[in-house]
Amino acid sequence: MKRLFRGGRVVDPVNGLDGDLDVLVDGDRIARVGRDLPLDGAVVVEVPKGFVVCPGLIDIHVHLREPGQEHKETVATGVASAVAGGFTAVACMPNTSPVNDNANVTAFILAKAAEAGLARVYPIGAVSRGQKGEQLADIGELHAAGCVAITDDGHPVRTALLMRRALEYAGMFGMPVIEHSEDPSLKGEGVAHEGVVAAALGLRGIPGACEAIMVERDVLLAELTGSAVHVAHMSARQSLRAVRKGKEAGVRITCEVAPHHFTLTDESLRSPVAYDTNTKMNPPLREAADRDAMLAGLADGSIDVIATDHAPHHADEKHVEFDRAPFGIVGLETAVPLCLDRLVHAGVIGLPRLVELLSCNPARILNLPGGSLSVGAPADITILAPDLEVRVEASRLVSLSKNTPFDGWELRGGVVATIVGGRTVYVNSGAGVVVS
Amino acid sequence: MSAVEGGNVLPATALRGKDLLGVSELTPEEISLVLDTAEAMKEIGSRPIKKVPALRGKTVVNLFFEPSTRTRTSFEIAEKRLSADTLSIAAGTSSVVKGETLVDTVRTLEAMQPDMIVVRHASSGAAHLLSRTCRSAVINAGDGTHEHPTQALLDAFTIREHKARLSNLKVAIIGDLLHSRVLRSNVLLLTKMGARVWACGPPTLVPVDLPGLGVQVTHHVEEAVRDADVVMLLRIQLERMEGAFFPSLREYFRLFGMTSARLALARPDVLVMHPGPMNRGVEIASDVADGPNSVILEQVANGVAVRMAVLYLLAGGAEHEAVV
Repeated sequence: MKRLFRGGRVVDPVNGLDGDLDVLVDGDRIARVGRDLPLDGAVVVEVPKGFVVCPGLIDIHVHLREPGQEHKETVATGVASAVAGGFTAVACMPNTSPVNDNANVTAFILAKAAEAGLARVYPIGAVSRGQKGEQLADIGELHAAGCVAITDDGHPVRTALLMRRALEYAGMFGMPVIEHSEDPSLKGEGVAHEGVVAAALGLRGIPGACEAIMVERDVLLAELTGSAVHVAHMSARQSLRAVRKGKEAGVRITCEVAPHHFTLTDESLRSPVAYDTNTKMNPPLREAADRDAMLAGLADGSIDVIATDHAPHHADEKHVEFDRAPFGIVGLETAVPLCLDRLVHAGVIGLPRLVELLSCNPARILNLPGGSLSVGAPADITILAPDLEVRVEASRLVSLSKNTPFDGWELRGGVVATIVGGRTVYVNSGAGVVVS
Repeated sequence: MSAVEGGNVLPATALRGKDLLGVSELTPEEISLVLDTAEAMKEIGSRPIKKVPALRGKTVVNLFFEPSTRTRTSFEIAEKRLSADTLSIAAGTSSVVKGETLVDTVRTLEAMQPDMIVVRHASSGAAHLLSRTCRSAVINAGDGTHEHPTQALLDAFTIREHKARLSNLKVAIIGDLLHSRVLRSNVLLLTKMGARVWACGPPTLVPVDLPGLGVQVTHHVEEAVRDADVVMLLRIQLERMEGAFFPSLREYFRLFGMTSARLALARPDVLVMHPGPMNRGVEIASDVADGPNSVILEQVANGVAVRMAVLYLLAGGAEHEAVV
C-alpha cells in the first residue's frame, strides 16, 4: 500500500530538505520525497499547513524497567508512551533486573518489543557483568543479540582501566560506550546540585565537577583508544567545556542533554512545592549558569543529542522523604512540547536543528536505521504541530508512571502522529487531523 | 483546630501558618510575637503550680525518628504545662521499623485525631512532606540538616533576656556549620532581627550559601570572637573525621576550640551558648562551658517557655482560653 503525505513542511536535514514537500511511502519504506508528487495510486494524507513532517524521533536514553520492575513500566507501556511522545524508536538502558548483560535478557526485551509492535526498541547492553564494574560483560554476544551500545548507566564505569578495556573491546563492533559520568566519591550521598538551593534546603550536594571530572577522563580514554564515547544526560557546564575541548582535538566524543536540564534549574526544588521529589533526578537539576550553558551548547552544535532519560517510578516510591526518593522522571511524552516551546519558539534553535538533535544524530551515533527520509529508508515519520497548545497532565500520561515535574505546564507545540515502518501507531486526537 | 488564616488577623497577634516548619517562613513580627509570648510562658514555670489550661482537650503527638533527649523532653514538659494530652513515639518502637512509610505512619496517627504533631526526622524536608499530607499542625523539631526553628527561637529568647535586643549584636557561630540545622535556623532568625552574624569553621564545614544570607564567614576563630556579644558553639560530630572534613579532634580544638584565652577577645559581657550535646575539649573547653559567661543551662530552661509559646500560638493563641 502506498500513502502520500501532502501539504506539510518536510524537514529532513540529512538530505538538506526544508520546505512544503510531499512524502510518498510505499509499504514500510520511503519511496519518494519531492514537490507535487503524482498520486501513483497512493492514498492521500492531507497534512495541514504549518505541520511538520520529519524523520521519526529517536530517544536513545530510556528506562523501560522490564524485566524486573514492571510496576514502574513495561516494554509495552514504555513504547506506548514513546509513540505518544512522537518517538518511533527508543534505546533502552540495561539497568533492569536482571541486568541486560547477556543475550537472553536482550532477546527477552526484543521479544516484548515485537509483541507490543509500536516503537522500535534498541537494547543497550551492560559494560560490566551485573553492572558491577569488575569484569566485562559478554559484549560480542550482546552485540550479536541486537544491542547497539554498551553502558553501565545508573553507575559510572568506576575505573579508568575498565573503561579503557570497554572502549577497546566495543570498538571492535563499532559500538560506542555510553557513560553515566559521575565520580562516585564526589557524589557521595548527594541528592541535589551542590549550590545555594541545596544548602538552603539542607540537602547533600553533588557538584558539577562530579560529572565533569569523569567527562575529562573519558575524553582522554577516547583519545587513547580511538573508540567512541557518548556522554549520557550531561548537566554541568564544566562537562560541556570538556566535550568541546575533546571535539576540537578530534576525539570521538558526543553528548546528550535531557529536556529537564535545559528547562529547569535547582530553584524547582524549593518552589512551587518545597522538596518535590519529582524534581529529584541524577544528574540533579543544576543552577541557571548550567542550564544556560546547555542552551548555548544546543544552539552552537556542541551538544549532539536530546535524550529524555525517561525514568519511570511508581507514585508510592516518590511519595517519601526527598533524600529517600529514587532519582528520575518520565520524559517521553513531554520532550517534544518542551523542545518546541523552550528551544524553537524561544529562538534558541530552528526546526532543522531540532530534528538533528532528536532524530539524525541519535541514529548516526548508535548506527541505527532511520534519522532521514532518504529513499529506501524505513518509513519512520513523526508529524509535529509546532503551534498546538499543549497542557501537560501527569494523570493522563500513557506511561505507567506519572512522575513528572511538568504537571500543569502549558506549552506551545506537540505531536500529531507517529508512523513506524509505514504504519500509523499513534494519532493525537486533540491535534485536529486524521492520519489513518 | 482553628488555624489562624493569613490576612484575617493582625500579624503581631498570631502566626500566619498552620505549621511551624522553619524560621525561613517567619516574619520578624512573628518572631517577636513568639518571644513576647514566651516571656509570659516563662513566668508560669516559676509558679508553685506550673500548669495552665490553655491546651486542655488538645492532643499533641511527639514523633521522634531520631534519638533526642533534650528537645523531646522540652516539648513534653511544655505540652504538659499547657495541659495538653501528649503522646511520645520514638521511631525505634513504632511501625517504621516494619517498613511503613513516613506518610503512612503519620496518616495512621492522624486517624486518631491529634491536634498537633511535633516531628524530628533525619531527612531534610520531612516536616514539609507531613505538612502537605496532614490536617494537624506540624511543628518541626529538627529535619535533617535543614532547620530546627524552636532551637533558634529559644536561643534568641535567651539572648534577648540578657541583651534586651537582637539588632546590632555581633553573634559568632563556630563549629560544624555544614551539617547543622541549628546554624541555619539561627542565621535566618538573627539576620532577620538585625544581628551581625559571623560564622567560623574549617572550609570543609561551611555551606556555600552563607555569604548570600548576609553572614560574615571566617576561618580564623579570633576574628569571629573579637568583640562578640554572643559566642555560640556548634557540636562537632566525631564521625565527620571519616568524611575527611578535618584531620583530628585534636587539630580541631587547636584551631577552633573555644578556650578562655580566645573568649577574652570578646566583649566582657559575652554570652557563651551551645545547643548541646557538648563535646568538652573539642568545640568548647570545660572552663568556658562552666564559666561565668555560659548561659548553656538557661538555654535549656528557656526551651520549655519558647515551645509553650509556639504550641499556644499554633493552637489558636488568644482565641482560646487565656493563659492565666
